[in-house]
Amino acid sequence: MEPILEIQHLSISFHQYEKGFVQRELPVIRDLSLTLEPGEVTGVLGVSGSGKSLLAHALLDLLPYNSRREGTILFQGEPLTSQRIRKLRGKEIVLVPQGVTYLDPLMKVGPQLRKGRRDRGAREKVRSALARYGLKEAAADLYPFQLSGGMARRVLMASAVMDSPRLVIADEPTPGLDAKAASRLLGHFRELAAEGAAVLFITHDLELALAVAHRVAVFYAGETVEIARASDFPEGRLRHPFTQALWDALPQGAFRAIPGAQPYSGEVKEGCPFLARCPHPGNGCGQGELSLVPWNEGMVRCLYPHGEVMA
Amino acid sequence: MTLEGKDITFAYGKGAPVLDRVNISLSSGERVGLWAPSGRGKTTLCRLLAGYERPRKGQVLLEGRPLFPHEGPCPVQMVWQHPETVLDPLLPLGRSLEETGPADPGLLEQLHIRKEWLRRFPGELSGGELQRFCLARALQPATRFLLCDEITAMLDLVTQAQIWDFLLREAERRSLGLLVVSHSQPLLDRVCTRKISLKE
Repeated sequence: MEPILEIQHLSISFHQYEKGFVQRELPVIRDLSLTLEPGEVTGVLGVSGSGKSLLAHALLDLLPYNSRREGTILFQGEPLTSQRIRKLRGKEIVLVPQGVTYLDPLMKVGPQLRKGRRDRGAREKVRSALARYGLKEAAADLYPFQLSGGMARRVLMASAVMDSPRLVIADEPTPGLDAKAASRLLGHFRELAAEGAAVLFITHDLELALAVAHRVAVFYAGETVEIARASDFPEGRLRHPFTQALWDALPQGAFRAIPGAQPYSGEVKEGCPFLARCPHPGNGCGQGELSLVPWNEGMVRCLYPHGEVMA
Repeated sequence: MTLEGKDITFAYGKGAPVLDRVNISLSSGERVGLWAPSGRGKTTLCRLLAGYERPRKGQVLLEGRPLFPHEGPCPVQMVWQHPETVLDPLLPLGRSLEETGPADPGLLEQLHIRKEWLRRFPGELSGGELQRFCLARALQPATRFLLCDEITAMLDLVTQAQIWDFLLREAERRSLGLLVVSHSQPLLDRVCTRKISLKE
């Protein structure tokens, strides 16, 4: 089957003024490659500041004016240009954002979901989208401030499925939900995938990512350091030392901390950004650019994955 | 040493009571996990024990004697969920630290607080870095009990493990009593010596 989205060597940098007229390029995402297949939920996991939300913004062409994008993004086999994104977003490419602040506070739910359309078909679609997430027709007549947190979340889901999307991008969609509500929401994403969409699920929560995603791409300092199957985590088949460190830091696991912190964008000029914290660094880790390579049915950006020398 | 909340009843304004005759006790060296669904008054209970609010009925007792009103550095300190909201945005972090007296250099080192951060402002550091300052500020020499209200809820796993690794060692060394509020059962199971839950 043809992949829905192919991201090839995507890099994003920001153009900034430092002091006076001194300018610099600040790389925030480096050499990102990721392929999304229909029917699959792909988790994007990273700590804050690792660049994972920027990926969502790049896919929706919402990057700020001082940013530069390099690399290729293909949507259903064709390049995803700014022009094309504008036609597709909100219909075939949709975003499920963090919370209620993404709704227009001065507009009732119904008109907001219809996005300006007034015909009977659109009204019918609103009704069925709301019903799908257990909201009554009366919900269409409410303003966002009248919704509870869980209801607002369901309205955002309903808004995303108005036009049977092919690519669903969810950016931290669960904060503030209790475990039961969160697992119901995760079920909705699995359901959309089962209907043939590709789902990109962005989160900093490892347990959540493992609960919903088939595959997980791990971000560190703007780079994808590993792409693993969700089952690789509990089965001890992780490839990159940072992914292993995340797994080992779970309170129900080893609860072990590695020292140090993620470097700021632009701080690491060369070599592996994880080098300063790596438990088993080796020759060559501090030089050149490391690339993401296939390893043990996954991908890894490390010269010594799982502590071994790469063949 | 024992910190006790006895028959504590509290309501905000004219609202319904958030807490109704709640009893809680915490001894030195103990780490008690406090669990309850949202809106059941976990944070309010911490605020009462730390003296930010006064109970309508009931008392906060230290060694059997009423703790408040209290003069001087309070032996009960609280660390909050959102560090960016409890540090003055217009003060360099070093100045915020000194609110509870001169900072202990050894403590700063253990918390991996870099010297140059002391001159920075809260907006320039990440949540995990700010939370380290809040811990350093709360762990003044007079502190005997630390109330931790979801202190790692917004931090990533590795930073969470770093902070608890430090805090558990420090609590052990100084025989502090810890009250740990969290939604995460695995975290409470891991760090606490016993758990309690707030019922309706």
